[in-house]
Amino acid sequence: MASLVLAEHNNEELNAATLNVVTAALDMGADVDILVAGSGCGAVGEAAAKVAGVRKVLVADDAAYAHPLAEAVAPLLVSLAGDYDNLLAPATTSGKNIMPRVAALLDVAQISDIVSVEGPDTFIRPIYAGNAMATVQSSDAKKVFTVRGTAFDAAAAEGGSGAVESVGAADDPGISSFVSADLAVSDRPELTAASIVISGGRGMGSGENFALIEAVADKLGAAVGASRAAVDAGFMPNDYQVGQTGKIVAPELYIAVGISGAIQHLAGMKDSKVIVAINKDEEAPIFQVADYGLVADLFQAVPELEKALD
Amino acid sequence: MKILVPVKRVIDYNVKARVKADNTGIDLANVKMSMNPFDEIAVEEALQKKESGEAEEVIAVSIGPSQCQETLRTALAMGADRAILIEEDSDVEPLVVAKLLKAVVDEEQPGLVILGKQAIDDDSNQTGQMLAALLGWPQGTFASEVKLAGDKVEVTREVDGGLETVALNLPAIVTTDLRLNEPRYATLPNIMKAKKKPLDTKTVGDYGVDVTPRLTTLYVAEPAKREAGIIVESVEELVQKLKDEAGVI
Repeated sequence: MASLVLAEHNNEELNAATLNVVTAALDMGADVDILVAGSGCGAVGEAAAKVAGVRKVLVADDAAYAHPLAEAVAPLLVSLAGDYDNLLAPATTSGKNIMPRVAALLDVAQISDIVSVEGPDTFIRPIYAGNAMATVQSSDAKKVFTVRGTAFDAAAAEGGSGAVESVGAADDPGISSFVSADLAVSDRPELTAASIVISGGRGMGSGENFALIEAVADKLGAAVGASRAAVDAGFMPNDYQVGQTGKIVAPELYIAVGISGAIQHLAGMKDSKVIVAINKDEEAPIFQVADYGLVADLFQAVPELEKALD
Repeated sequence: MKILVPVKRVIDYNVKARVKADNTGIDLANVKMSMNPFDEIAVEEALQKKESGEAEEVIAVSIGPSQCQETLRTALAMGADRAILIEEDSDVEPLVVAKLLKAVVDEEQPGLVILGKQAIDDDSNQTGQMLAALLGWPQGTFASEVKLAGDKVEVTREVDGGLETVALNLPAIVTTDLRLNEPRYATLPNIMKAKKKPLDTKTVGDYGVDVTPRLTTLYVAEPAKREAGIIVESVEELVQKLKDEAGVI
């Protein structure tokens, strides 16, 4: 029995989401290998080999993998799949893009966004925006997963001593190419990995007003998020969205400001340890999941909160 | 060029799903059903491509029970030209849906298939990618912009770090994200017109696809409930509670 985890990285550093997937793979009870597909990604391979519990790291270093295009990476995973019972990736936009393509090429189901491993063929995954948890059993001999990172502890990044092996590139079908990326640069922690998240909703009124939230975030060392309403309104870019179809977060502290609490938003944050809601509408559903609610005008309360954190 | 748009009938976006008392699934009896919101965005994108002269025909397809006709009529009322229903009463998994859609693609030969990135019932986020794999086509998932340019399509994708643009050879698969467009509403005259548009009904047997599921749902449960906490009176009290009681700041 062996499992292969597709590493997420930027050719320089291993993305922390990979560590949570390693834990999910270890829960499956098999040997765990990591695949690093990239270009000039040797440092990532070395970092992956240090992850506690990892048997070996396969490095496919090829220009075709400079950007993780599903059309190129999926055949690589398929070419390696013969040695593995389980193929896993984080349920990030990259993992969600690549893994169903792998599953279909292998003629197996994908089990999306698992939050628990109950046995070698039995897993729990959320459905209906997390309003229900389904326990599913797979009859496929080979299984393909995406893993919800917040549901598994991160494996230790140091302490392992896996062997690093090079693997050849698979045939690139040459039907797609990377054009450009417009990636946000921020000194704040990454949304899905932050221990504190402060998010704004439609109640913020404008993108400029998010400066109020950012000031609090900087005092707390927090990441900034947004509800779908705030993203749709153009207040913040898409990569800030927390919710059913955006990012799933589970920080120690989640502060929701001017967010009413639609079920789609709750799906993305209700596993946070402590939830604070600041909203002027005392009937807002967000108060039903909040540990601490403050019924107040956010334009007074948020600057006050920032001052109180001095 | 033809554009094929698969649409799924799901629980309405505004309805909260309830787990059945016997924990076998979700109670959908007498629950309002609608077109999956991401599929509405897919229909809208296809229609815009037709209106700009980049496509000639928009074909909607759905797989499911006979009630999916209503979902297809909605697509037709929005402006799709014709519809195909593949009637199947059992729950079909994304891999089966992808195989059926591949069979439809083989028949219809569209230049573009636009799908919703995920259905809001099972939240799988798989079908478009699987269809692309089975066809050997490129995929532009989670699209926020779709630009046709000669024999390629440029797709701007919503990714975790921001936006990424890829160029795909046609024919290609696109899956929609929320910011791609704002779907139109069907007007009453168009709803009336839609009743006369062609809607072909097929069965799974017509395509020879095995619908046996690979996953068995053993148990469906409500998630652990969060209890509502307390209302604090002031920012000062909030900060004090977060420090002393919760210990999170």
